[in-house]
Amino acid sequence: MITTEHGHLLLIIAGFLALAQGIIGLMGAGKNWRAWMQITPALALVQFLAVGFSFVALLGAFMTSDFSLALVADNSHSTKPMLYKFAGTWGNHEGSMLMWVTILALFGAAVALYSQKMPPALRARVLAVQGLVGFAFYAFIILTSNPFWRLAVPPADGSGLNPILQDPGLAFHPPFLYLGYVGLSVTFSFAIAGLLDGRVDAAWARFVRPWTLAAWIFLTIGIALGSWWAYYELGWGGYWFWDPVENASLMPWLISVALLHSAIVVEKRDTLKSWTILLAIIGFSFSLIGTFIVRSGLLTSVHSFASDPTRGMFILGIILMTIIIGFGLFAWRAPKLTASGAFAPVSRESGIVINNLLLCVSCAVVFIGTMWPLVAEMLTGTKLSVGAPFFDASFTPFFIMLAILLPIGASISWKRGKLAPIIRLFAIIGSLALGLAIFVGLQQTSFGVLAPIAVWLFAWVTFGTLHEIYQRCATGGGANIFWSRLLGIRRSEWGKYIAHIGFGIMILGVGILRAYEFEDVRSISAPSTFEAAGFDISFDGVEIGKGPNYLYQRGEFTLSKNGKVIKLFPENRKFLVEGMPTTETAIAHHQLGDLYMVIREGQEEGKWSVYFYVKPLVNLLWIGALMMALGGALSLFDRRMRLGAVK
Amino acid sequence: MKLLALLTIVFGIFGAAFAVEPDEVLSDPVLEARARALSEELRCVVCQGESIDASSAAVAKDLRVLLREKLIEGLSDQEIKDYLSSRYGDFILLKPRFGGAGAVLWLIGPILFLLGGIFVAMFIRSSGKVEIDDE
Repeated sequence: MITTEHGHLLLIIAGFLALAQGIIGLMGAGKNWRAWMQITPALALVQFLAVGFSFVALLGAFMTSDFSLALVADNSHSTKPMLYKFAGTWGNHEGSMLMWVTILALFGAAVALYSQKMPPALRARVLAVQGLVGFAFYAFIILTSNPFWRLAVPPADGSGLNPILQDPGLAFHPPFLYLGYVGLSVTFSFAIAGLLDGRVDAAWARFVRPWTLAAWIFLTIGIALGSWWAYYELGWGGYWFWDPVENASLMPWLISVALLHSAIVVEKRDTLKSWTILLAIIGFSFSLIGTFIVRSGLLTSVHSFASDPTRGMFILGIILMTIIIGFGLFAWRAPKLTASGAFAPVSRESGIVINNLLLCVSCAVVFIGTMWPLVAEMLTGTKLSVGAPFFDASFTPFFIMLAILLPIGASISWKRGKLAPIIRLFAIIGSLALGLAIFVGLQQTSFGVLAPIAVWLFAWVTFGTLHEIYQRCATGGGANIFWSRLLGIRRSEWGKYIAHIGFGIMILGVGILRAYEFEDVRSISAPSTFEAAGFDISFDGVEIGKGPNYLYQRGEFTLSKNGKVIKLFPENRKFLVEGMPTTETAIAHHQLGDLYMVIREGQEEGKWSVYFYVKPLVNLLWIGALMMALGGALSLFDRRMRLGAVK
Repeated sequence: MKLLALLTIVFGIFGAAFAVEPDEVLSDPVLEARARALSEELRCVVCQGESIDASSAAVAKDLRVLLREKLIEGLSDQEIKDYLSSRYGDFILLKPRFGGAGAVLWLIGPILFLLGGIFVAMFIRSSGKVEIDDE
C-alpha cells in the first residue's frame, strides 16, 4: 500500500533522478563515456516508476477521500461519484501538474525503451534533455504546487469539485491534451540533442517522426474532446470560443502540423533541417506557453480555475530558460547543418514550405490575438478585448489558403514537378467543386456564401485527394494492376489521404453548421405544444428528483416529424455541496444533424425557458478530427516506420 | 446523394446562444438577427471573455435589452457599437477597432504572411539554383 507520504517522498526522489538523468546523459555523451550513456535509459525508467507511484498515491488519496490532504479537502467531497473522485485528481492545479510531469516521465521511459537502435550519444542526449525539462517541473511542483501537503486538522468533508467539471469529459480531455502537449517535449529533446550532436539527417528524422506523430495525434484527440465537451455541456452548443485556453492548445497543434510535414522533407529529401529543428523548439515552447496560460491565470479566461502569480513567474522562468537555451543553441549550431537535397520551385518541397508558412502565420495570429489585451494594457494602460469575431476574421483566410494549397501540394512530385498537367487537373477538380457549390447555393432560401464556400473547399480537398489515390493506382496499367496497387498502398500513405480528407470534412462541418444553424427560444408552461424547424414539439412536463450529489428538474419533450417520434429530456441540476447549478443538454442525433434542447426556470411562475436548436452536420467536426487522428495513427503504425532503421 | 439531400436543408437564423431569454427576443426577425450578430461582438464586461450573447450575467442581459432598444430606435450597427464603447470603453468590443494600436493587431497576420512569403520565395529560388541531378 502506497501512502501519501510515500507519494511525497517518491516525487522528490523522481526530481533528483531527473536531474541525475540530465547531468549523466549530457556528460556521458559529451565525453563519450559509454557506461554513463548506458545508465541514462535506466534512470529514465526508474524516474518514471517513482513519479508513476507518486501519482498513484495521489489517485488513492482522492479515491479514498483522504481529507487530511489539503488538495483533496479543497477539491473533493465524499458524496461525489467514484468516477469524479478518480478524475478529480487532475481537476485542480496541483494534481494536473503532477499528471503533466508523470506523462513527461512516461514519454522519457518510452523513448528509453524504444530507442535501442539509436546511436548511444543521441539517445543519451535526448533522455538527458527530457530529464532536465522534468527537473524544472519537479522543482515547480515541489516548491509552488505540492499536492501532498497535509492539513493539521482534517475537515469532516471536502468542499467539492466545480460541477462543470463533474462530467465524463474530465476523465478523458485533460489526459489526452497533456499527452499531446508533453509529447512535444520528446521532439524538443530530439532537436536539442541533434544540435548538440551536430548531425541531423534522414535517420534523425526517422527516429523523431513517430514521437511527433504521437504527440500530434493526442493533441488532435484532446482538442476534439474538449470541443465536444463544451458543445454538450455549456448549454448553447458552441464548439470553439477562441478562449485563451483553447488558443493555448491550438498553437502547439498548428506548429506540430507544420513540423510533421517538414520532418518528412528532412527524412526523404535531406533538406529543411534547421527549419525543422526550429519548429521543434517553437512547438514545445508553445506547449509551455500553453501550460503557462492555463496555470497562471494571467489571461482571464472561463477556464482558469487556478491562479497564483508566484506559480506564473516560475513557469515563465522555465519558458524563458527553454527559449534562451533552445534558440541560443540553434543560433550557434544550426548554421553547421548542411542540406544536400535541392528542389525546383514547382515541387512537393515547395508545397510543404508554403504549408509551413501558412501554419506559422496562423499560429502567429492566434498568439498575438491571445496576448494582445495583456500587451496593450501594459503599454498603454487601456483595457482591450480580442474575441471570436477577430479570430474568425483574421485566422480563417490563412486556413482557406491552406485548404486550397493542400491537394495541389500533395499531388506534385518531389524534387521537380510539372506545372502544366497540375493546372489542367485542378481546373477540372475546381470546376467540379464549383458545380457542387453552386448547386448547394441554389437550394438556399436566403442569400449566403458561407455554405457554398465550405462545400467548394470540401470538394476541392476531397476530389483532389481521391484523384491522387486514383492516379497512384491507374497510371499505365489495367484493372488488375489498379486493384493490386490499391491494396499495396502503404499505411502511411493511407494515413495521409484519410487525414487530408478529414480536414476537408471538418471545413464542411464548420461551414454548414454556421450557415444553417436553427434556434428557437420561447417561454412556455407544461403541458403545451409548439412547432419549430418543421417539428411538432410537445412539452409534456417537468419531473423533479435527486441524483447522487445533486437535485434535478428534468423536462420531457416529444418531437415528431413525418411520423417519427423522438424524446428529449433536458435537465437542470443543482449540486448540493457546491451550491452551483449546471444545465444538462438533451441531444438526439437526427439525419438533419443534432437536435439540441435546453430548459431553464422561467422568469414567471410556472413558465420555463425552452431553447431548441438544430445543429446541421455538427458531428462532421468531430468526425473530421477523428479522421485526422486516425490518419496519424495509420502512419504511426506503418511497418516501415516501426523498424526505425536507416535505409 | 444522401449528403446532398442533407446539404439542401435550409434554416434561416444565424448564430445561437443560451443566454438570450425568451422575453428579450424581438418580434421582427431581421432586427433580431442583427441584434444577435451585434451581441456576439460585444463583451460581457463583468465576465471572463464571454460575449453578451453567451453570458447569463445580469449586466449582459441589460446590454442585450439596451442594444435592442437602440435597434428599434433605428440606429445602425456601427452607431450602436460607438454608443456602447463611449459608455463602457473599447474593452466592450470583442473585435478591436482598426486604428491606433489596434491596427498592429489586425495587420500583423498579413505583414508576416508577406514577409514570410518573400523569404520563402527567396529560399525556394536558392534551393532550385543548386544543380538538380536527374533521377
